[in-house]
Amino acid sequence: MLRENQRHFKFDWITIILFLLLVAFGYLNILSASHEGEITSYFDTSQSYGKHLIFISLTLILIVLTLSLEAKFYEQFASIIYIVAMLSLVGLFIFGKEVNGARAWYGIGSMTIQPAEFAKFATALAVARYISDLQTNMQTIKDQLRVAAIILIPALLILLQNDAGSTLVYLAFFFVFYREGLQQVYLIIAISLIILAVLSLKFGIIITSIATALILVIAYFFRRKKRGLIPRFVVIFLASVLISFGIKFFYTNILKVHQQNRISLWLRLEKDPAKLEKMKKEEAYNLLQSEQAISSGGFSGKGFLQGTRTTGKFVPEQHTDYIFSTVGEEWGFIGTSSVVILFVLLILRVLYLAEDQKSQFSRVYGYGVASILFIHFTINIGMVMGLIPTIGIPLPFFSYGGSGLWGFTILLFIFVKLDSNKINEW
Amino acid sequence: MRKLLLITTVILVGLIFIARLFYLQVYDNSAYNIFEDNAIRKVYNYPKRGYVYDRNGKLLVANQPSYDVMVIPREVAPLDSLDIEEFCALLKITREEYDSKLRKATNYSPRLPSPFVPQLSKSDYAVLQEKMRKFEGFYIQKRSLRSYQTSIGANVLGDIGEVNRSIISKQPYYKMGDLIGKQGVELSYEEQLRGVKGIKFIQKDRFNKNIGPYKDGKFDTLPQPGKDIKITIDAELQKYGELLMKNKRGGIVAIDPRSGEILALVSAPSYNPNLLVGRDRSKNFTRLFRDSIAKPLFDRGLQAQYPPGSPFKVINALIGLQEGVVNVDDQVTCRLGYYYGSRKLTGCHHHVSPIAMVNGIAQSCNAYFVNIYRRIIDKYDDAGVGQNKWADHAKSFGLGDFLGYDLNIGRPGRIPDGNYYDRAYGDNRWGSTYIVSNAIGQGEVETTPIQLANMTAAIANRGYFYTPHIIKEIEDDTIPSKYTTPKYTTIDKKHFEPVVQGMFDVYTKGTAKYLQVPGIDICGKTGTAENFVKIDNVRTQLTDHSIFVAFAPKDNPTIALAIFVENGYWGSRFAGRMASLMIEKYIRGHITRTDLEQWIFTHSLENEYEKPQSGEPFKINGQSSLQVIENYAIDNSK
Repeated sequence: MLRENQRHFKFDWITIILFLLLVAFGYLNILSASHEGEITSYFDTSQSYGKHLIFISLTLILIVLTLSLEAKFYEQFASIIYIVAMLSLVGLFIFGKEVNGARAWYGIGSMTIQPAEFAKFATALAVARYISDLQTNMQTIKDQLRVAAIILIPALLILLQNDAGSTLVYLAFFFVFYREGLQQVYLIIAISLIILAVLSLKFGIIITSIATALILVIAYFFRRKKRGLIPRFVVIFLASVLISFGIKFFYTNILKVHQQNRISLWLRLEKDPAKLEKMKKEEAYNLLQSEQAISSGGFSGKGFLQGTRTTGKFVPEQHTDYIFSTVGEEWGFIGTSSVVILFVLLILRVLYLAEDQKSQFSRVYGYGVASILFIHFTINIGMVMGLIPTIGIPLPFFSYGGSGLWGFTILLFIFVKLDSNKINEW
Repeated sequence: MRKLLLITTVILVGLIFIARLFYLQVYDNSAYNIFEDNAIRKVYNYPKRGYVYDRNGKLLVANQPSYDVMVIPREVAPLDSLDIEEFCALLKITREEYDSKLRKATNYSPRLPSPFVPQLSKSDYAVLQEKMRKFEGFYIQKRSLRSYQTSIGANVLGDIGEVNRSIISKQPYYKMGDLIGKQGVELSYEEQLRGVKGIKFIQKDRFNKNIGPYKDGKFDTLPQPGKDIKITIDAELQKYGELLMKNKRGGIVAIDPRSGEILALVSAPSYNPNLLVGRDRSKNFTRLFRDSIAKPLFDRGLQAQYPPGSPFKVINALIGLQEGVVNVDDQVTCRLGYYYGSRKLTGCHHHVSPIAMVNGIAQSCNAYFVNIYRRIIDKYDDAGVGQNKWADHAKSFGLGDFLGYDLNIGRPGRIPDGNYYDRAYGDNRWGSTYIVSNAIGQGEVETTPIQLANMTAAIANRGYFYTPHIIKEIEDDTIPSKYTTPKYTTIDKKHFEPVVQGMFDVYTKGTAKYLQVPGIDICGKTGTAENFVKIDNVRTQLTDHSIFVAFAPKDNPTIALAIFVENGYWGSRFAGRMASLMIEKYIRGHITRTDLEQWIFTHSLENEYEKPQSGEPFKINGQSSLQVIENYAIDNSK
């Protein structure tokens, strides 16, 4: 008994407290963003805040369940959990319920469940399992392709359900792969691709190509070993031109109009004021309202339940993807910077613990958790403030919704469990 | 190393976010502006604008309700073209106007209200009000417009008009579509007259529906009504002055020397203040503004800066006495002019000679005053010192700088000092003989009629004046103390008596002896000022301006005035007659010298004013004949 108790106290309480703070603060903001008129009962299930309180209660049960399973269970059953999750994604094509154009939900009575939220931890487990296998070497193309397949399957399934935002989350695993030995060159290619994409869209293919050529020429003169460099640089240059064209093509022909508009607004591509105004009205309404709500909060905010825009429901989807704007309006800079700091601390804490793990499985999984949280945090808050184009994904632990909350909770607490077990991992 | 990528990225993103938040919430938004908050509807309640009364309590300016259609462009719901047509028909505008007005409002601000169609008529309002709910984003704002109870004094009363964007950016109290004083007392006493508008903050939801008062009305305010004011103008005198000035151009400024109160401020030609009310304001204003010949918006009482001519001689007499360079009995010989050696510096007309001060004033002898002026300047070895001394004395009469009255237009006039001539001629390369024109109010000296009237008031008071002002009373408030504190001239009181006597003699035996009003002791001084215009780049002389200053009664004066009639020829011809009539009207209340009145009414200067525009050669002064109006009947219906 005594040993059992001691083991419980090995849970990383810092992580748990950060988690609780975020959930509690999230609830307050959901309450503010979703209440209409007087609040009669906090458990009023006809209201979003009432439902969310129930979700939170169920989360506590979920935590206990997650922690009470043996740590080994997650490693051993990783593949099975992954397969179940993928099947649940496939099942959506048959049994799924369409909401807002995305076929991403199962309807159970009045409740809906979004399997994509659970696919994240399943994928993280599978990735961890695969990489931690002794046979695996991330430096080889074969293993790189296999591990890529693990994340591409859920990513594609989700994309097919018209939920482009959630697809992007799987990019998070790049951090995991890199940590586990993916070659440096991938990082360089990834960064170059991002820069190339932005430049091509913003300044056009010609200017981008000229810039690339210039950089290569300069690089050539700075390199000591010049032998064989010219053909390599020519190939790089041609590839970059090709990619530029590809990006332009992708932007104009493959992206949907609303996605194009979001990118156009973000990069300020549209110069015609009339079209721009129209585009803003159609695409940037949420963003505009959310930015205004945030900046109207000022330094200390208007106070809990006092936000004029929040009360007036000016920001659509405020209790889900745009919940951060409520924080901005009602809690001001103090509130928003606190949330940012809480998230950064949580992610850094998970990273710190991950590096501390003795088993590679736990470490990789922990890295996956941190990366997924990070990408959600970056995209959601970045979007709400207009730093990146509009991509609709929730803010972990904060946004309204049962599936999201549960998915993130399980994701985090599996790691808490793995971490608590490291003492037995000799 | 590989561990560091995610850690640094996380920290970096956190820092970028906090920086961005700081920019959005703290740096860029140091003050949350509830007026820009589109979640809060602002409902304004405009108070009554204060009424304006004349000094005797006669109501001059009241209010009338007006209804503006306002628009908040962002909230305009898309309407089908049939609805827009209906709306346009109700507002009596075309579809093109609708589009352009909406565009203009959007350009100003999509979030803030702009006036869409200002100042609907009452009947249009009644019809529109029923259907207003159909047109989201538009609403009707009630305001009060001015209603002038009189047709006189437009230059004094001024008018109100819509604020422009530069005013709004400087004074955030005003919102688009608000009315603000633009001229006259409406401008000078805007803050007292306007009151403070009341405001209700109402929380809206995003469907633009009201969901209740914001924070239970904690920030709501009630309107505070504007204060009524009483101005110093005597409406009867003002009206009479305007009547006298019919068919002439010029200004009359009458001041009560005991208080500095402006009794009449006539500028001719003028206009009916009701022209600048309501929807036609901008059209009418443009028309008045563009009239570059008659210049009805040019206040000739305040802005007409000209050489004062002979009335300025009395100042030289006073300075001479104060400086001790002349005795009252010192005689000067006049040989039809002033001779410097064999050179005639200035001419003069026939009168007895030699002549002393009192008679010098009465006969307006040029030679006498050139003599005195030279003595003042030459009292010191350096002419610059003498000229400075002279300028200081003259300026103590409120000349040469803005007087500080409470109307916002005016001119400083000019009293040249030593530096002025040092700049013109070079240091010490000039002497008193260069500048003798100043002795007789020509040359570089320039004044406005109100400065002359004030100067006359200072003489009437024997040495002090109150800053002229237009405000008499403000409801529940006092008028600024600068209008109740006397300002003393640099001339001792004892020196005024001979000068006053001279001015009295102007009426009894001098240049205005045919203008006496039996029973009223008037002191005055005639003036005739040469003037020139450029016609096709040729400097051309026009008929002289007729100028007159006067005060009455001689002892304990109650009115001091300056009259200036453009191209009226010699001083007593037009301005002098008008002065006698104004004084009699004010002191006696009715006119006994109806012959003078009749003469003024039946003589016009319109043909004089046409001369420079006619493009044909013309004669001036005595060579031309005066235009007579046949069958003149006084129109008292106005």
